[in-house]
Amino acid sequence: MKKTVFFGALTAAGLVAGLASAGTLEDVKARGTLNCGVSTGVPGFAEPDANGKWQGFDIAVCRAVAAAVLGDNNAIEFVPTTGKTRFTSLASGEIDMLARNTTWTLSRDVDLKFDFVGVNYYDGQGFMVKASTGITSASSPEIDGVTVCIQTGTTSELNLSDHFRSIGMSYEPLPVESGSEAVANYMAGTCDMFTTDRSALAARRATQEVPTDHVVLPEIISKEPLGPLVRHGDNEWGDVVRWTLNALITAEEFGVTAANAEKLSAGTENAEINRLLGSEGTMGEMLGLDADWAKRAIMSEGNYGEIFEANIGADTIIGLPRGVNAMWTNGGLIYSPPFR
Amino acid sequence: MAENNASFVRHELIKEQVPPVSERGLVKWVRENLFSSPFNAIMTVLSLWVIYSIIAGSAPWFINGVWNASSVRECYDILDGVSGACFAVLKERFPQLIYGFKYPATEYWRPNITTLLLLVALAPVLFRKLPRQLLAFSIIYPFLAYWLIWGGTILVPVVAFLGFAAGVYCFRRFSTNAFALGVIVGVIVASIFWLFGGYLSEANETFLSLQAVPSRDMGGLMLNLLLGTIACSVSIPLGIFLALGRQSSMPIIKWICVVFIEFIRGVPLITLLFVANVILAFFFPPDTSIDLILRVIIMMTFFNSAYIAEVVRGGLAALPSGQYEAANSLGLDYAQSMRLIILPQALKISIPGIVNVSVGMLKDTTLVSIISMFDLVGMIRGPILSTSEWNGVYWELFGCAAAIFFVVCFSISKYSQWLERQLETSNR
Repeated sequence: MKKTVFFGALTAAGLVAGLASAGTLEDVKARGTLNCGVSTGVPGFAEPDANGKWQGFDIAVCRAVAAAVLGDNNAIEFVPTTGKTRFTSLASGEIDMLARNTTWTLSRDVDLKFDFVGVNYYDGQGFMVKASTGITSASSPEIDGVTVCIQTGTTSELNLSDHFRSIGMSYEPLPVESGSEAVANYMAGTCDMFTTDRSALAARRATQEVPTDHVVLPEIISKEPLGPLVRHGDNEWGDVVRWTLNALITAEEFGVTAANAEKLSAGTENAEINRLLGSEGTMGEMLGLDADWAKRAIMSEGNYGEIFEANIGADTIIGLPRGVNAMWTNGGLIYSPPFR
Repeated sequence: MAENNASFVRHELIKEQVPPVSERGLVKWVRENLFSSPFNAIMTVLSLWVIYSIIAGSAPWFINGVWNASSVRECYDILDGVSGACFAVLKERFPQLIYGFKYPATEYWRPNITTLLLLVALAPVLFRKLPRQLLAFSIIYPFLAYWLIWGGTILVPVVAFLGFAAGVYCFRRFSTNAFALGVIVGVIVASIFWLFGGYLSEANETFLSLQAVPSRDMGGLMLNLLLGTIACSVSIPLGIFLALGRQSSMPIIKWICVVFIEFIRGVPLITLLFVANVILAFFFPPDTSIDLILRVIIMMTFFNSAYIAEVVRGGLAALPSGQYEAANSLGLDYAQSMRLIILPQALKISIPGIVNVSVGMLKDTTLVSIISMFDLVGMIRGPILSTSEWNGVYWELFGCAAAIFFVVCFSISKYSQWLERQLETSNR
């Protein structure tokens, strides 16, 4: 009898929670702030500066969404999450969206009940070793029995075991909690090899005392499409986040930047730009926002290309090339469906 | 009795001589303590060599330390291949290490004052020679500290304090007749006070108000001290009640206490923290979620009180049963005998254990970095080491954290040793 009451209460609590989170867009507007889940720190992607202001490639997505929905790209409560807490934070409604180097996989999309709204960075898993080891390939016989530093709770962990199984060699995993710890262990020589997404490897390599002492091996052993995600079943909110990301990409494609968005929003010859910036059509209204939503998102930190160059591009310390993350018009994979 | 005047007999006393060189001063000390046997001599030489190599190895690192640089690469450039520390990170990020990275910089004086006042409030509790009137401040302090740290209108803590005071007054008034009546009336009066006071403080949100700082913005060492202080101070009384409850002859009370203590002691703290962070969030509707800090404080308090309860139980068990019988034969009731005879002795025995558990608790507060709260260690692991400027500076940051914790924990243990000597009344 007592058990029944307990489970009844649980179900009721679950139902109430489900009902209350039915309209995330309305919740965010009523609250006046966006709760955006981010990582506890990845160089270039999410890092607080000396004044405590969050900045980075993933942070810019949060800021664009806040600008589109609330009109203020600082109306954000950044909720730091670890690899272990990120999914429960999103599922429980503590955060409205997660923008945290999260790989889009089938099980996360289907089984964990999330919606990935798009891809803002196409990554792949790679390996970094010390140049002095002489290892030049991740499938050469020398790597049999190496110790590998690996972050727990990530897809990298699973890919690593798949890779070594496929080349028929053994390895010794050294599980660590964060990227910083992995690098500390790698530098101290506790592990011979450090594996994670190649963007993060490049960032970590660039900040070493002598970057050329370390080699990122040429093999890419996995596909890691990273993107923002929202809870399953709240499609209106998912649409807002998805099309905010698409607006940033479309803006780059058509040459709309943070600097000229205001001027172009008066109206141009190009109908796609007009629909994007709200001088033509009712795109904003369809999303439940006003006509200027995309303009505000673009003016927050710039279009996709500007965000890339400012945070992780070739001129920054991270120094990542655009590579497969170039616009589709330049032979890359970054592509947005049309605004029509 | 013949006069002894033989020439070979000395007539005057020899003047006192200084002992031979090998039997006095430094040389004697060295011979006795360092080179008293061949084996000890070898050990001394070996130890000196070890100490020398540690100092010789680490001194350049400290001496060459760079204090002015804006990133770790600039440090490398300045050092130019020489071994040296990059202390610039401590200089640039010091406020972040102490206050976290979101506490508003203009409000740093508030935690500072709160910490100073904490010492004032603790003084009459810790040192019995101070005037007893100071205890009044210790009672007000928690409410004042809440206002200083979290900000907002002063009416919230004032109402909380008045409700608390009214409840205690009613309890005293009515508990002379019946204990339970006193408790019930006290709780009712306090709740009425808080209910109506709540409306009052909501209506006057700007009255004497400091800039409100949400819990999520707390961080750094401040968060460690906050969690540690609250968890320890609440869990000591709670632990005493649990220990007494466990010895109770009333089965329900006894079993509640036993199950609570054994359950909490059987579960790792990190599990409780994960429960506080992720599981509890599922049970609250999204908009009414309870503060993460509050959830963590509750879990840490439960954890610590279970351990303190066992320490106090050890103290109670160590008392000879004659003490209990003496209290009964004097005609004291349960509360009186506990308050006047049993607990003062039992707690005195338990001091080392209580301090031990509390110091452990203070250090365990760094575990919150795993549930993505930015305490001192969390700040280092997350936001500081992940910036592109300071990625790779480990020894300086973790060394600094270790030094800070050592100072705090060592002073606590020194105080407890002093307290034990003060309370030493037996003739061991």
